Amino acid sequence: MEAVLRTQALSLWYGSVQALKGVSLDVLENRVTALIGPSGCGKSTFLKTLDRMTQLIPGVRVEGEIVYRGRSIFDPAVDVTTLRRQVGMVFQKPNPFPMSIYDNVAYGPRTHGIRRHGELDAIVEKSLRQAAIWDEVKDRLKRSALSLSGGQQQRICIARALAVEPDVLLMDEATSALDPISTSKIEELIAQLRERYTIVIVTHNMQQAVRVSDQCAFFLQGELVEAGDTQGVFSAPKDPRTQNYITGRFG
Amino acid sequence: MADWIISILSVTDAKAADQITYLVDSIPFAVWETIYSTVVATAFAYLIGLPLGVLLVTGEKDGIRPLSPALMQVLNVVINLLRSVPFLILMVLVMPLSRIILGTTLGTVGVLVPLTVAAFPFVARLVESSLREMDRGLIEAAQAMGCSTFQIVWKVMLPESLPSLVTGLTTAFVNILGYGAMAGAIGGGGLGSMALMRGWGRQQMIVLYTAVVVLIILVQIFQTIGTRTAIRMDRRITGKSWKAAAKILKRQAAKERRGPGAL
Repeated sequence: MEAVLRTQALSLWYGSVQALKGVSLDVLENRVTALIGPSGCGKSTFLKTLDRMTQLIPGVRVEGEIVYRGRSIFDPAVDVTTLRRQVGMVFQKPNPFPMSIYDNVAYGPRTHGIRRHGELDAIVEKSLRQAAIWDEVKDRLKRSALSLSGGQQQRICIARALAVEPDVLLMDEATSALDPISTSKIEELIAQLRERYTIVIVTHNMQQAVRVSDQCAFFLQGELVEAGDTQGVFSAPKDPRTQNYITGRFG
Repeated sequence: MADWIISILSVTDAKAADQITYLVDSIPFAVWETIYSTVVATAFAYLIGLPLGVLLVTGEKDGIRPLSPALMQVLNVVINLLRSVPFLILMVLVMPLSRIILGTTLGTVGVLVPLTVAAFPFVARLVESSLREMDRGLIEAAQAMGCSTFQIVWKVMLPESLPSLVTGLTTAFVNILGYGAMAGAIGGGGLGSMALMRGWGRQQMIVLYTAVVVLIILVQIFQTIGTRTAIRMDRRITGKSWKAAAKILKRQAAKERRGPGAL
């Protein structure tokens, strides 16, 4: 199994506060990797560092290495725009752009220079189908994306992320703002998407981690405590802190 | 027209008849002058104020394109300075500039420069506050898609803030209209000059009150147009009934309405 993203001794500081402490983790191809841990443990920071989003925050300092398909993402020759096309991101709160459903999904491809109508139509349909929302919105593509429900908006955001044909999809608590039905739809979607994409999710919900992930990484106070096969981590954790967390003794 | 009004109202007083004749002759042009100077000054104020307002938001410390703190400090101080000079004094101070740019300090054209100088810092602040209302998550999403700073501003921030920007535009327009009227005191044209020079100066009360009433009607018209446009543009609320939307917007407008001269 090939590691698409490999972090080596990754440390990160917000000013003088250290948020990540020497994290080394391999993200495997066509697998769902779940990052779990209590609030403030660094899992979201870790996720956002994978497509260099944390570097937008003033006062952030990074040490260590992130290698994406054999190449450091901190290499000065790496174009951030290209990196973010390859490593897409879905956020906690659904955040469609203030435009039509069609324009939301076509946004990325347009930014990357695809203008022909036929081509865009095909991409939009394909992405919406992959995000399992095509049937719900196919008759109202020109309607504002903001007129949809939260769960639908989130799937539009996933379609928007898929439209640029990323390699890796990062999801930062993508279901925590949604109701149970929308959540289960997104979880089904993740299960389908793993065939084509490499997915990393951050979740507070341990049942969700068990349901959707293949690999699991437990973070605590900026440290990667334990990582491995999800079944293994949950059934036979090696570290007592993992044991305590997954049995609900803290966090 | 004038004779007809005089006969309908059975005006017998010769002075009153004079005033009515004057009004009928001059009101259309005065209205035109007022609208013209307000529209042009608003346009120029936005030409400067809109980019400035965007810069105030994007250039700050946690903005999408932080600029040097010293530069931001200078911008803020200049804006505050210009906003704290009372308009009449600012007009007098700006006169030399007006002479250089337009060659005159009098009449409708003469007030354009002072109006613009007085209004653009206000516009910058209005734009700034509109942009600050927006959800940061959207900007984050745009960044995560690899959008450039320009794309984020042009395709996400401005469209997302459009309803609020239109509400701000209406506020600015009404304020500039009021300033234009004040400019009548030092040689401007339009309804303000009519009310001050003719109405108050020569104690022609019919002229004074008519000019003021026409000003009020103008403000009402533009405020209504602005509020309705903002509602229509707000994609978050157009899904709901128009009446519910109007209620939300009215509450917003009431909050943003400022006293006269409080630019």
